[in-house]
Amino acid sequence: MSLIIKNLHANVQGTPILKGINLEIPKGEVHAIMGPNGSGKSTLSKVLCGHPDYEITQGEVWLDGQNLLEMGVDERSRAGLFLAFQYPMEVPGVSNANFLRAAMQARMPEGEELDAVSFYKTLYAKMDQLGMARKFTSRAVNEGFSGGEKKRNEVLQMLLLEPSYAILDETDSGLDIDALRIVSEGVNSMRSPFRSFLVITHYKRLLDYIKPDVVHVLAHGQIVRTGGYELVDELEAQGYEFLKELDLPNA
Amino acid sequence: MSDKPAPKESTDKQALLDLDRSIGNFSFPERHKYDAGYGLSEQTIDYICDVKNEPDWIREFRKKALQVFESKPLPTHWATKEIEKIDFDAIRYYLSDGERPKRSWDDVPDDVKRTFERLGVPEQERQFLAGVEAQYDSESAYSNIKEELKSQGVIFVNSTEGLKEYPEIFKPWFGKVIPTGDNKFSALNSAVFSGGSFIYVPKGLKLKHPLQAYFRINSENFGQFERTLIIADEGAELMYMEGCTAPQFETSTLHSAVVELVALKGAKIQYVTVQNWSSNVFNMVTKRGIAMEDAEIRWIDCNIGSGLTMKYPGVVLKGKRARGEVISIAIANTGQHQDTGAKMIHAADDTTSNVVSKSISIGSGRSSYRGQVVIPRGLKGCKNNTECDALLLAADSRTDTYPAITVRGDKNVVQHEASVSQVSEDMLFYMEQRGIPKAAAMSLAVNGFINDLVQEFPMEYSVELRRLIDLEMEDSIG
Repeated sequence: MSLIIKNLHANVQGTPILKGINLEIPKGEVHAIMGPNGSGKSTLSKVLCGHPDYEITQGEVWLDGQNLLEMGVDERSRAGLFLAFQYPMEVPGVSNANFLRAAMQARMPEGEELDAVSFYKTLYAKMDQLGMARKFTSRAVNEGFSGGEKKRNEVLQMLLLEPSYAILDETDSGLDIDALRIVSEGVNSMRSPFRSFLVITHYKRLLDYIKPDVVHVLAHGQIVRTGGYELVDELEAQGYEFLKELDLPNA
Repeated sequence: MSDKPAPKESTDKQALLDLDRSIGNFSFPERHKYDAGYGLSEQTIDYICDVKNEPDWIREFRKKALQVFESKPLPTHWATKEIEKIDFDAIRYYLSDGERPKRSWDDVPDDVKRTFERLGVPEQERQFLAGVEAQYDSESAYSNIKEELKSQGVIFVNSTEGLKEYPEIFKPWFGKVIPTGDNKFSALNSAVFSGGSFIYVPKGLKLKHPLQAYFRINSENFGQFERTLIIADEGAELMYMEGCTAPQFETSTLHSAVVELVALKGAKIQYVTVQNWSSNVFNMVTKRGIAMEDAEIRWIDCNIGSGLTMKYPGVVLKGKRARGEVISIAIANTGQHQDTGAKMIHAADDTTSNVVSKSISIGSGRSSYRGQVVIPRGLKGCKNNTECDALLLAADSRTDTYPAITVRGDKNVVQHEASVSQVSEDMLFYMEQRGIPKAAAMSLAVNGFINDLVQEFPMEYSVELRRLIDLEMEDSIG
């Protein structure tokens, strides 16, 4: 059981952004993707989730043996793929609780109703875990939230939806030290042999909390290096200078 | 607004918000004893007066109105050219089976009874209404009010019965809030009106349950012209609700009502409409209330159906400290134009008015807001607040706002806010990424947009609205 990406190419408005990504994330592992700005990290996360702005020109993606690229955005989510957005959207007038209920309801078998009492019980427990005040249940989704509150809200959704593959797209940006710790603890609490994470970040500090099993460097739309946690230290010390030395076939 | 073709998913969006438009789409064969025939002339009016056995003053009133109607041009200098498509000669102005309104559903002819049962009217009456009037084409088929209210002096009858049986209350206000010559369609209604409600609530009586009217068009090439007059005597309170549907015919149908409200000193009237006409109905309605000292009139208006609706409920704030409010929701799908708004005419000191309008345009649907706020010179302490928000669901959805605010003098406060927003692709992607199917995501966004206004509607009221609104139930479990 794994998420397998084979030779994935994607364009946005005719411009190639992903140029042959190969990546396999087995269940239970945490992979980190680092890389300079504009290398295609956020594009990769959106392409995996099926954002309509991207055109896939080549390649395959398999999620636990299912052909991901043939599935709708919502189907991918229900199949276990979750994206914690870099820039979460606001949904005016729709309360956080109702939004989450709709997401949970969408996972129920046809004709079955979500039990409201147990839903709120779980919701409140997860909010307590993240140090979120109760008022966030009745506030409209992300509306008027600070950057940090939005990121926390993303992690809250992840805790509730319990995905088998979670992509965290720069979830650390906009978080202060305390929030970073709380959010990371939330993520760590979900680590299990049945769940994988793909953590996109620029900074070592997040990876100090959420220790990755494998680290990849994405540049010019390709994975250019793969290693263990020691790669994080190397990048932190030397930056992306080494990329200039590389001869990339499609760059 | 854009000339771009609709993105391909706009058809999905239309389908999902084309909600319950099918609920009223059925009809029974016509079996009219009285049919005024096609077209409008003095003979048509004589026919109507004879069938209804009306007093002479009404016959004269109607004939004068016909002249006014014929002399007035269509208001195409500001309104949409679509209204030119109304063919006044292709309409039948009066259709009825000659039956008097029944007090019991058991006495209502079977097809008519089945019509209203399908629309849920008798069930709602049993559950929560104080009285019901059900109009089928030109006349009401059923009219009943709880005995207890009748014995307290509440009058709830159709307009014909009102003018014949209660002229001393009816006549002083009839045509006074909305004069015949107010506009071409008020003149048309004045010439050929039939049906609608006449309501009087005596001094100090506060009705706990709403009164309801349901307007049903069953016949093709027909015009429905109900006339409603509601008088709340000093300190009285009532809520009146109206619903309307028609089957989808090949040709267009005209609905042109006039509704006059009179709230005497300290009285309160709430008038709730859920309009769900089929999409080839022209819905040209004039609605206005007059609020005396310390009185309050609220129009709560939801327009889902019709091809073209033109309706601007108004309140004349005649007495000191009178309050007027218009809360409106309009949903315009492809092929529909909801041209709605509000009029607030301040005519006394310390009067306040509030207008909150939200419109949703789907596909190539168009919604327009037209507002008029007038505070003349010499008044003080008047306040108006106007908010109009539009939500566009597709690239070629359209919305326009035409506010006209006239304030003379400097001792008043007026506030106007308008906004236009879109359900963006990114917002939908976000919701779908959480596993919510596109249709449900769109519904959530739309419900979120109108959520605060929906709470103003009595929820039991209509199947249409109930399905539209997936009310936030969070608080219900504490």
